[in-house]
Amino acid sequence: MTAGGAVIGAPIERIDDERLLLGRGNYVDDLHREGLLHAAIVRSPLAHGVLNSIDSSDALAMPGVVAVYTHEDVMRVLGRIPKIPMRIAPLPELAPFEQDVVASTRVRYVGEPVAIVIARTAAEAEDAADRVFADIEPLPAVARCGVVGKEPPALLFEGTSSNASIIYTAKKGDAKLATGPYIRREKLSMQRHTAITMETRGLLAEWNAGASHMTVHGGAKVPFFTRRILAGTLGLPITSVDMIEVDVGGGFGVRGEFYPEDFLVPFAARELDNSVKWIEDRREHLLGTNHAREMQAEMEIVCEADGRVIALRGSVSVDVGAYMRSTVSAPSRNVGQFISGPYDVPNVYMESTCYLTNKTPIGTYRGPGIIEADYLRERMFDMAARDLGIDPVEFRSRNLVPSDRMPYSLADVDGPKRTEELDGGDYASTLDRCLSEFGWNDKAALQGRMIDGSFHGIAVSCFAETTATGPKELARIEMGEDGRLTVFSGASNIGQGVKTVLAQIASATLDIAIEHFDVKVGSTNLLPEGVGSFHSRATVMGGSAVLIAAQTLHKNITAAAAAKIGCDASELVFSPGLDVTARGVTLTRADFGRMKLEAAGEFLSEKRTYGYGSAAAHVSVDPKTGKVVLLDYLVVQDIGRIINRMTAHGQIIGSIVQGLGGVFLENLVYDDDGQLLVGSLADYLLPSAADFPNIRAILLENTPSQSNPLGAKGVGEGGIISVLAVVTNAVAAALASLKVEPNHLPLSPSRLWEMIQASPVASDSKCEWA
Amino acid sequence: MKFAPFEYAAPATVREAIALLASRPGEAKLLAGGQSLLPTMAFRLAQPALLVDLGRVAELRGIEVAADGATHLGALTRWCDVQDHEDLSRAQPLLARAIGHVAHYQVRNRGTVGGSLAHADPAAEMPCVAVTCEAQIVIAGPSGDRVMPAADFFLGPLTTDLAEDEIIVRVDLPAWPATRRWSFLEFSRRPGDFALAGVALFYDVDHAGFARNVHVGVIGSRMRPERLAGAESVMEGAVLPEDSEERNALAVRVAKRAFEEYSAADDYHASGAYRRSLLATLVSRAVASTLTGEPVEARVTH
Amino acid sequence: MAIDVPVRESLADCLRHGLGQTGTHIGCEHGVCGACTVIVGGDAVRSCLMLAVQAEGTKVITVEGLSNGGKLSPLQTSFRKHHALQCGFCTPGILTTAHALLTQEPYASRERILDVISGNLCRCTGYVNIIDAIVDAQPSYVGAGAS
Repeated sequence: MTAGGAVIGAPIERIDDERLLLGRGNYVDDLHREGLLHAAIVRSPLAHGVLNSIDSSDALAMPGVVAVYTHEDVMRVLGRIPKIPMRIAPLPELAPFEQDVVASTRVRYVGEPVAIVIARTAAEAEDAADRVFADIEPLPAVARCGVVGKEPPALLFEGTSSNASIIYTAKKGDAKLATGPYIRREKLSMQRHTAITMETRGLLAEWNAGASHMTVHGGAKVPFFTRRILAGTLGLPITSVDMIEVDVGGGFGVRGEFYPEDFLVPFAARELDNSVKWIEDRREHLLGTNHAREMQAEMEIVCEADGRVIALRGSVSVDVGAYMRSTVSAPSRNVGQFISGPYDVPNVYMESTCYLTNKTPIGTYRGPGIIEADYLRERMFDMAARDLGIDPVEFRSRNLVPSDRMPYSLADVDGPKRTEELDGGDYASTLDRCLSEFGWNDKAALQGRMIDGSFHGIAVSCFAETTATGPKELARIEMGEDGRLTVFSGASNIGQGVKTVLAQIASATLDIAIEHFDVKVGSTNLLPEGVGSFHSRATVMGGSAVLIAAQTLHKNITAAAAAKIGCDASELVFSPGLDVTARGVTLTRADFGRMKLEAAGEFLSEKRTYGYGSAAAHVSVDPKTGKVVLLDYLVVQDIGRIINRMTAHGQIIGSIVQGLGGVFLENLVYDDDGQLLVGSLADYLLPSAADFPNIRAILLENTPSQSNPLGAKGVGEGGIISVLAVVTNAVAAALASLKVEPNHLPLSPSRLWEMIQASPVASDSKCEWA
Repeated sequence: MKFAPFEYAAPATVREAIALLASRPGEAKLLAGGQSLLPTMAFRLAQPALLVDLGRVAELRGIEVAADGATHLGALTRWCDVQDHEDLSRAQPLLARAIGHVAHYQVRNRGTVGGSLAHADPAAEMPCVAVTCEAQIVIAGPSGDRVMPAADFFLGPLTTDLAEDEIIVRVDLPAWPATRRWSFLEFSRRPGDFALAGVALFYDVDHAGFARNVHVGVIGSRMRPERLAGAESVMEGAVLPEDSEERNALAVRVAKRAFEEYSAADDYHASGAYRRSLLATLVSRAVASTLTGEPVEARVTH
Repeated sequence: MAIDVPVRESLADCLRHGLGQTGTHIGCEHGVCGACTVIVGGDAVRSCLMLAVQAEGTKVITVEGLSNGGKLSPLQTSFRKHHALQCGFCTPGILTTAHALLTQEPYASRERILDVISGNLCRCTGYVNIIDAIVDAQPSYVGAGAS
C-alpha cells in the first residue's frame, strides 16, 4: 500500500466491494428493529373507477394485524389528502393531474394504493391485504393515447375536456415552413418499459415521538427533495425528518422519487408510534414503480439532395399513465429538445403531447426522452440515406456539428422555457474511431447479405449525452484523530460506485491513499443540503464539490501547519500521506484530525455538459424465426475526463445491455381494460448473461468539459442512448432487400417475423409453409 | 409474495401420501421439487390448505436403465439426476437433450420428472418427450397402481388424468435403438424460457433404407403435448435421400404437413401465425438434420 | 444449527430473518432472478422456491460461507478485480452459483459458465465482467478439492 494519493483515471477497485462480496451489504430489508411492524399495500384491482368505500373489517380481525389506514384516516389526521408534487418542471396548470398520496375518490390505474395494512409480520400483512375490500364502481378504461378528433372512452379528471395534460414544444429556426428536395414522413413507436432494479423498493420508517422526529431508510437519488415533501405532507419542519441512505440495489431513475408509499409508510409509523417496514414485492414493482418510454410519433425529415438535413419535425404522443407524477415532464420535453442529438439541424419543431391513460404513471428511466429522440432521428436518417442513395456513414458525417461550431444551440423547449447547447467535442473523429475499431469497412461487405440462412446488417449512430444538471452539489471533508478522513456528499449511491469516485478525487487532490477514506453519501443528516444522483450528475457535480472541499482542506491544512510550527507556508514540505514537515517538526493526518480540521465545498453550475460518441452494431437476422443475433456492439464515448476507468466502463456496458432489453425483450403490455398482462419476471423479460455477450466500449477523454473543475462529463446514460436506434437500424439494414422498416419496438421474434411477412417484396425469406 | 398459510405433511411412503391427499379432497397439493408449484403459490394463484411434501418418499427415487435402453425414472428424479446419469445420454439421447433446455441450472437441481408431468404445461419439455417417446406413466392411488400411456395422460393445459388422491410413481420410456435417428429443437425468447415452439422427432431406418416408426411431437401447442400424425405419415416409409435437394424437399414436405395440422393462438408474446410458421420451420430443420447428420443449433434464442 | 420455522416460510426468509444471514437477497420471490441462490447439499438452488422445512438435515452454504473468516475467497477477489458488481444486490446469488458450478466443474468452458449464469439476472453490469471474473477464478478450483 503506497502512502500517496490515487491517480485520477486509474481503474481503482471499489471501496464498498469487499463488504458487498462478503454478504455484508446493508439494504433496507436487512434492517431490523425491536418490535418492528410490517406493511402491505392494498392496491386497486381496476384501472379506472369511482372509489365508493373500503371495508377493512375482515382484515382487522386477522391474526397479527394492528391497523389498516385509508384516505379516511389521512383526512382525519391531517385534514386533507396531500398531493405528490412533480419534481421536474412543475407548472400550476399541471397541479390538477398530480397524484394524491392515497386514492380517495377515484382510482386511475391498476396498482394504485388504496390502503395500507400494518401487521406483525410481512406474511400476515399480505394475508390481511387480500381481505381489504374496496368497493369500486368501474368506469371505462383509457388504455391508449388519445387520437385527435376521437373521443376517449372516459376522461380521467373531471372538469377537463381531454386527457391531454400538456403539450411541450421544442423549436429552433422555422421547421414548420421548412421545405427541401427530399421529405419523408414516418410513423414510429416504442413500447412501455420499466427499469427493473434488482432490489425492489422498500422503506423503514421510525417515529421518535419524544423528539417528534421521523427517520426513513430506503430512499435514494434525491433524498433532500423527498425529505422536504414528506415533511410537508406530515406537517413537520424539514429538520424533523431525515432520510438515511443505506445500500441500494440499483436506481436507473425510478428509485427514490416520491411515491404514495413514501407517505403511507411514515404516516403509519407515526400513527402507531412504532417502526414500520415495507418491502415492495416484484409483482407490485411492475405495477407500482414508474414506467417509461411508451410513445408514438409521426416524424418528418427534410433534406437537401446531398443529405444535409434542413429540418426535423414531428409530433409525439407520450403515454404518461394516470397522473403527472415526479419526473414525467423530463422524457416528454427531452424527446423534442434533443431530437437533433450531435447533428447540425437548423430547423426543429417537435410537439410532445402528454396523454393521461389508466396505466401506471411514467417517470425518468435512464436516458429519458433522449433514447426516444435518438431512435426517431437515427431511423429517419437511415431511411433518408437509403432513399437518397447516400452511404449512412457519409450521411452522418455531413451532418455532425463540427467542433469549430461549438457551443451549438439546440432547440428551445417550453414548460418552462429551457435552452441548451452542445458545449464542445470532436464528433467527427470519434465517429471515425468507432468505425475503425468496429471494423466497419470489413463488415460492410456483409451488408444486407444472406449467409447461412441469416441476413447480416450493420449500422452506426452518433449521440450526445446531456449530463450533470445543476444547480449545485455540496461536500464536506473531516479529518479524524485516527488519521482517517470522512468525505460527505449530497450525491446519492445507487450502486454506481460514486463513493469510490469521490474518494478517488479526494485522495488524488490530498495525496492520501484511498484506503484512509470513508465516504458517506445520500443521507440528509450529513450536510445542510444536497441534490442527488440523476441525469448523470454524481461524478461531475458531486465530484467537483469534493474537489473544491479537498482543495480548501489542503489550504486549511497549510495554514494550520504553518501556524502550529510557527513558520511560513513556503517552508512546508508535503509528503505522500500528507505528513507536513518544516523546521524539524512533522505533523501527521492524525494531528490535523486532533485540530479538527475540515472543509466544505459547494459547486454551482447551471450549465449541462455533453458527453458524446458513436455506436455501431452488427446483427444477423434469421427471417424464418425472427431471431436476431447481436454479433458485435461497440460504443466509443468521450466523457471529458475519466475519474475511475473501471467504473466508467462498467456503467457503459451495463447501460448498453439494459438498452438491448428494450430492443428485443421488454414490453409492459396492457389490455383494453387497463389490466397489466405482464405480471412477473417470467413475462417481463430482462437480458440474461447468454443473450448479448459481444459488447465493447472504449472511453475517451479528448474534450474535457469547460464547465466544471474536473473537466468531466457524466457517463451513466451514454451507453444506453444509442442502443435502440443503432440496433434497429442494423436490423433494417439486414432486411433492406425485403424493404422492412422496423419502426415499432420491440423487435420480438414474432413482431419481426410479422414485419417480414408484410413486406411488399416477394421472397423465399417469407413463410413458405402455407 | 409470501405464501398463504397452509398445513404441511412430509410422509415417508407413497401409501401415507395417498392417505393424506384423500383426507383433504380438493384441498391438498403434492410438493415435489416445488419449481412449478411454489411460484404459483407465491402469486397466490394456488392456495392449498395442505401441502404434502414427497421429499422423504424414497421409493419415488431412482433411475434404472436396461441394456436395450428401456428406462424407468422414479417420479422424484431431478433434471440434474438425468443429466448426471452416465448411461442416460446414450440410452435416451432425446430425453437427455431435451432436459438440457429445462429452465436453468438452479431449477434443474430441484425440479422433478413427476412434478413436470403432473403440472402438464404444454410449453414444457418433459410432457412432449413423454408423449413423443410413448412413455408409460405409472400412477399410484388408493385402490392400487395403474399405468397409462402419456398420450392419454394429458387432457389440457395444466390438466391431467390424475385424480385428487393419486400420485405419479414412475415414468417408463421404451427401448431406444442405437441406430435411431432423432432431433430435438426448441425456440425460446431467452435460454431457459418456455418454448415458443419445439419439436421432438425420431424415426428408425429399416433394412431397405426407409424411414419407419416416425414420431413427431410438439412443444408449445395450446392444449397439450401432441404428436403430428399427418407429418409422421408423410415421413413414414419415405426413402431417405442422399441428394441435398431431395433431402430438402422431403424436409419441406413434412414441414408443410405439420403446418397444416398445427394451430396456435395469439398472445402478447407471439402471434398464432408466427407460432405455426415457427413450428413448421423447426420441423423442417429437425428433419434435415436427421438426414444430413449435421447438428442444428440446439438452442435458438437471442 | 437448530431453529423452529413456520411451515410457510421460505428458505430465503428463514436464512435472512430467522438466522440473520442477510447476504442472501430476494429479488423476485418467484424463482426467476436467482438473487436468492444458495447451496443446499452441494447443489445451487433458488432459496425462494424451497420451504425452510425442506432444508431440514441438509448443509446450506450462503454467500457468508464462501469467505474464509472475513477474508475474500479467490472467487470473491476476482469479482472485485474485474468490477463484476455494481449495486451488489444480485451478487451473492451469482457467487454461490459460480462456486457450486466450479466446485463440480472446475474446467467448465466459458460457454458452460454463460449458460449457467443465464439463470441469474443482473441489471447493472451487463454480465461481461461477471463472466470474466468467474473464468479468472477457475484456477483456484482446479485440484484444490474445494468444498
